[in-house]
Amino acid sequence: MGDEMLTLSGGLLEKMASSTGFRFDLIGEYMPLFLKGTLYTIGISLFSIFIGLILGLFIGLGELIRNKLLSFPFKAYVAFIRGTPFFVQILIVHFGVIPIFLGTTNGVVAGIVALSLNSAAYIAEIFRAGIQSIDRGQMEAARSLGMTHAQAMRYVILPQAFKRMIPPLGNEFITLIKESSLTAVIAVPEIMYWARAFNGEYYRVWEPYLMAAVIYFILTFTLSYLLSHLEKRLATDDQS
Amino acid sequence: MIRVENLKKSFGNNEVLKDISLTIKPQEVVVVIGPSGSGKSTFLRCLNLLETITDGKIYIEGVDITDKKTDINKIRAEVGMVFQQFNLFPHKTVLENIILAPMKVKKMDRETAVKKARELLRKVGLSEKENCYPDSLSGGQKQRVAIARALAMEPKIMLFDEPTSALDPEMVGEVLEVMKQLAKEGMTMVVVTHEMGFAREVGDRVIFMDGGYIVEENTPEELFNNPQHERTKLFLSKVL
Ligand SMILES: Nc1ncnc2c1ncn2[C@@H]1O[C@H](COP(=O)(O)OP(=O)(O)OP(=O)(O)O)[C@@H](O)[C@H]1O
Ligand SMILES: [Mg+2]
Repeated sequence: MGDEMLTLSGGLLEKMASSTGFRFDLIGEYMPLFLKGTLYTIGISLFSIFIGLILGLFIGLGELIRNKLLSFPFKAYVAFIRGTPFFVQILIVHFGVIPIFLGTTNGVVAGIVALSLNSAAYIAEIFRAGIQSIDRGQMEAARSLGMTHAQAMRYVILPQAFKRMIPPLGNEFITLIKESSLTAVIAVPEIMYWARAFNGEYYRVWEPYLMAAVIYFILTFTLSYLLSHLEKRLATDDQS
Repeated sequence: MIRVENLKKSFGNNEVLKDISLTIKPQEVVVVIGPSGSGKSTFLRCLNLLETITDGKIYIEGVDITDKKTDINKIRAEVGMVFQQFNLFPHKTVLENIILAPMKVKKMDRETAVKKARELLRKVGLSEKENCYPDSLSGGQKQRVAIARALAMEPKIMLFDEPTSALDPEMVGEVLEVMKQLAKEGMTMVVVTHEMGFAREVGDRVIFMDGGYIVEENTPEELFNNPQHERTKLFLSKVL
């Protein structure tokens, strides 16, 4: 659809290009690659947030274990991830961790693994905070009715906590989409990868990077719109 | 029915229950009074093991509930508890609040559980509220739902921890009325309350606690009109 529009209005664009110096024609040329890159960005972000959610739930529950010795590894993991730059984590995963398992580097796998491991730590904190924000009386009431700890978690605590977690989880997803741009450095063919290729091929700055910025903005803006919609629906679904 | 022997409970270095021994007979209504911080709530919470006890023994119908081999959840299912802060599940309707534990703990089928819940709602005078969420109820209504929820597990004993203390004065009566009805039906009850009228009218025995000890126990008549200990006299002079 984007392609069509650009060819239809080709005449106008050329005029604009010659008067402003902005090379819309080059953007047109790179459009298919940007679109492919966008699919990659969406793909690795979805994979990573999914894995991050599952890992994050377990790590978050691990952090809540009363026994300090048992909860320590989970807390240490979160502290390590939060205390080091994502850029460093990507390189460690790409050049260190993945080759151990696959025998060779693989950018896409490394990108998804790094993003999942990173977001898992932040998601764990969201889960922990969400669960802890539920009044202690809820657990006590559930236990006093004979429910096991697991039943109380599942039917009483988590359903209430999840609702409170949706806004911060949405923020984390948006952060993840933006951070996925760093996987360009390990040659994941996502949006920023093509922007850099564009920049390298034509020595242009504004066209590739503005284009990348616009695509990221459309992705994150759409997502936050959907999220606020979801929040409103959940808020009116039932009380509080 | 309940036998407590030399019960002790500490939080860290703070010994809250120092040496409590008590026997409660079937169908008896025991009212616990005493100044703030004397350990009334802690004592009640020990009876269904919401607090792990430090020392001593508690037998419920001959079963040593402090024995590690005893299934705590089974005991709790037989000991209903009503809290000062109601602790209804805010994400569930009144009906769902009541049927959750029977379905999950007793594996009762939904139809039976709903039928039973409606009977209980009729009993506490809230039939028309079954599809409301707790937030839309008044304090007195919430507490009556909480009582119905506890009764749905068909407990042998009901524990009440200041069930009317969080209520506006005009709502105290409706909750006490339900409790009186319950006592009349022969429920074994332990009630922590500041409602001396209730203690007089419904209580078979009143226990005065102070500083982690049972200072004095007697029939309401005797304890209120003829207290033996200085501390009991002092406390009663403040509350009566
Ligand atoms: N979870 C806890 N951790 C530490 N200390 C506690 C805990 N629960 C209660 N205590 C302490 O135990 C003492 C007795 O508390 P408890 O709640 O049993 O008193 P109470 O007689 O019910 O008082 P009130 O009339 O105010 O409800 C208090 O000094 C309180 O600070
Ligand atoms: Mg108390």
